[in-house]
Amino acid sequence: MSIVNEATQPLAPVPTPTQPWKRPKSAQRKDLTFATVVAVAAAIFVLITGFAGVDGWLFASFFLVLGITLVRGRKLIAKERRNNVASLLIASAAIAAFIPWMSIFVSVLIKGAKGLRPNFLYSDMRTTTPDDVLSMGGAAHAILGSLIMVIIATLITLPLGILSGVYLTEVRGRFTNVVRFVIQSMSGVPSIVAGLFIYTTYVNATNSFSALAGSFALGILMLPTVARTSEEVLKLVPDDLRSASFALGARQWRTTMMIVLPTVRSGLITAAILGTARVVGETAPLLLTSLSNTSFIFNPVQGPIGSLPMYIFGLLQIGTENAINRAWAGSLILLLLVFGLFSLARYVGGKDKR
Amino acid sequence: MSIAAPLPQKRELNVVYSRGDKVFRGIVTAGAMTSLILLGLIGFFLFIRGAEVFASSGFKFITGSNWNVGSEDGVIPNDFSIGPMLLGTVVVSIIALIFAVPMSIGGALFLEFYAPQRLRKILVSLLDLAAAIPSLIFGLWGVQIFTSFGERWANFLADWLGWLPIFNSISDNFGRSPFVAGLVLAALITPITTSVAREVYSRTPRELIDTCYALGSSKWGAIKTVVIPFGKSGVVGGAMLGLGRALGETVAVYLVLNLNFRYTFRILESEGGNVASLIATKFGEATPDELKALVAAGFVLFVLTLSVNMVASRIVNRSARATA
Repeated sequence: MSIVNEATQPLAPVPTPTQPWKRPKSAQRKDLTFATVVAVAAAIFVLITGFAGVDGWLFASFFLVLGITLVRGRKLIAKERRNNVASLLIASAAIAAFIPWMSIFVSVLIKGAKGLRPNFLYSDMRTTTPDDVLSMGGAAHAILGSLIMVIIATLITLPLGILSGVYLTEVRGRFTNVVRFVIQSMSGVPSIVAGLFIYTTYVNATNSFSALAGSFALGILMLPTVARTSEEVLKLVPDDLRSASFALGARQWRTTMMIVLPTVRSGLITAAILGTARVVGETAPLLLTSLSNTSFIFNPVQGPIGSLPMYIFGLLQIGTENAINRAWAGSLILLLLVFGLFSLARYVGGKDKR
Repeated sequence: MSIAAPLPQKRELNVVYSRGDKVFRGIVTAGAMTSLILLGLIGFFLFIRGAEVFASSGFKFITGSNWNVGSEDGVIPNDFSIGPMLLGTVVVSIIALIFAVPMSIGGALFLEFYAPQRLRKILVSLLDLAAAIPSLIFGLWGVQIFTSFGERWANFLADWLGWLPIFNSISDNFGRSPFVAGLVLAALITPITTSVAREVYSRTPRELIDTCYALGSSKWGAIKTVVIPFGKSGVVGGAMLGLGRALGETVAVYLVLNLNFRYTFRILESEGGNVASLIATKFGEATPDELKALVAAGFVLFVLTLSVNMVASRIVNRSARATA
């Protein structure tokens, strides 16, 4: 073993770190030129031939790039040629998959913002026809109705969902697999079937459409989401906690109620929020259970009640210019509501991890 | 020297639940059973209310092609059947799948293996958001924005491939066709299928991929020989989930499809069928008898989507268990 005094050693020049995985500047510049040339060529092609619009331009660009890749590939070995073509196809499929959503986000944002007026948030449609100017009437009654129904649905569904989650993770009875399977399949029940079911039972029995009926239908659609999220969250509770609780002499119910559930409180709130986000935009079940209304309704058993999805749906059926503008504005509010709920769920859920 | 020691036996556990625990377990079990009971009740009530129609029409309810409301005195009998609607539902869903599955596979592969880290984070949260867009907004987008594009593509297909019977068109009216509806549905189910596919692909063992690279394979070689075979059953399950969603979708299809009671395979023409949309369309001013027929249609739809979903969740579960 020898000790080397570092100070006496001549310092070797430190090499500047390189990033060999990064494309060099010159190659990047080349890529950019290539992309520009293709874009311009495709644009010229679109202008000359009958291909029209953004879609035509995209198609033309795709085929141009594909052609160039194939031509260039003739010099390469088969492996690289295939790799290049596959990369191109995968990237194009990804672009094709993302375009519709981007288009939806952008169009709802632009068209919705155009139709949105402050009165949209505080007045109803009692004295306004959909065709009136946009500075009259609003969607406040619809927002209120949606809130009422979603809140009732959450109040009904949340306990049931949590119980299902507890059954699947804590109690683990004889039917665990059956319950899990049923919950999974239930998430595929078409929303209109849930509405039809409530219509044939509750609405027929009480002989009136109401917010409560709408809540029931939404609850059916919400239950699988809440139950599954609860289960996922409960699974994350470490077994040590349960064992410690049992070792101290606590019974199962005490362990569950006082140790397991409080540990995942925010996760369970996330479950509720995700369920809410899932159903707040549902239209089909409300079509059969709560119908729509043009004024504020506060009583959940009073009769037909307005809701944001039905408001948009009704306006689309009318289809005049102002009605469509109102529908876009309503969609913007609905979309913001859904995304707001999602971000909230993510924020609350993120707290648990630490 | 060896000592013959008896193998340690597992002690028999004897769990005795206290009264409090028994009550607790009872309550939780009852709560968990609600979903089971609810599902049973949905099927039961829809069947009971629709039974009259099933009894009077029999199999013709599914195979016939008319939806005629009889007169009240019974001179003209009721004649309800959802044949064209059922066919249309399947056709539109298949069109949606044909477009959605390749897009989702490409999207998932891109997200997992091609996208740079930063872009990938953004795109994944975008994907989550897209899965949350209400179907009504897809319908609104479909009818206001997408239809003009869809019509143009339909026109193109009819011009170039019109000699194929399914792309044949007589009326040259391409809006509100199964083709356009199928494309809107494809946009609607892509988020679901993409997330499932991405989930499965991300579970591919990293060693296998690295082994491929070490053997000199290209990226595509690794994907083709390891990733895609590994994720096959998961992707199939995801596609089935998407199919279930497409079969039961109501408003998005209602807004972009023209319902017509006629068997047709010309997907570019502006007529098609859809069971869920039929219910939404006729519900408003239905006679009592017609209402029963609608409930019966709902029952058929329920059975159809439920069976597709059950198969799908079974496939997804099995692939998750196999790869966990």
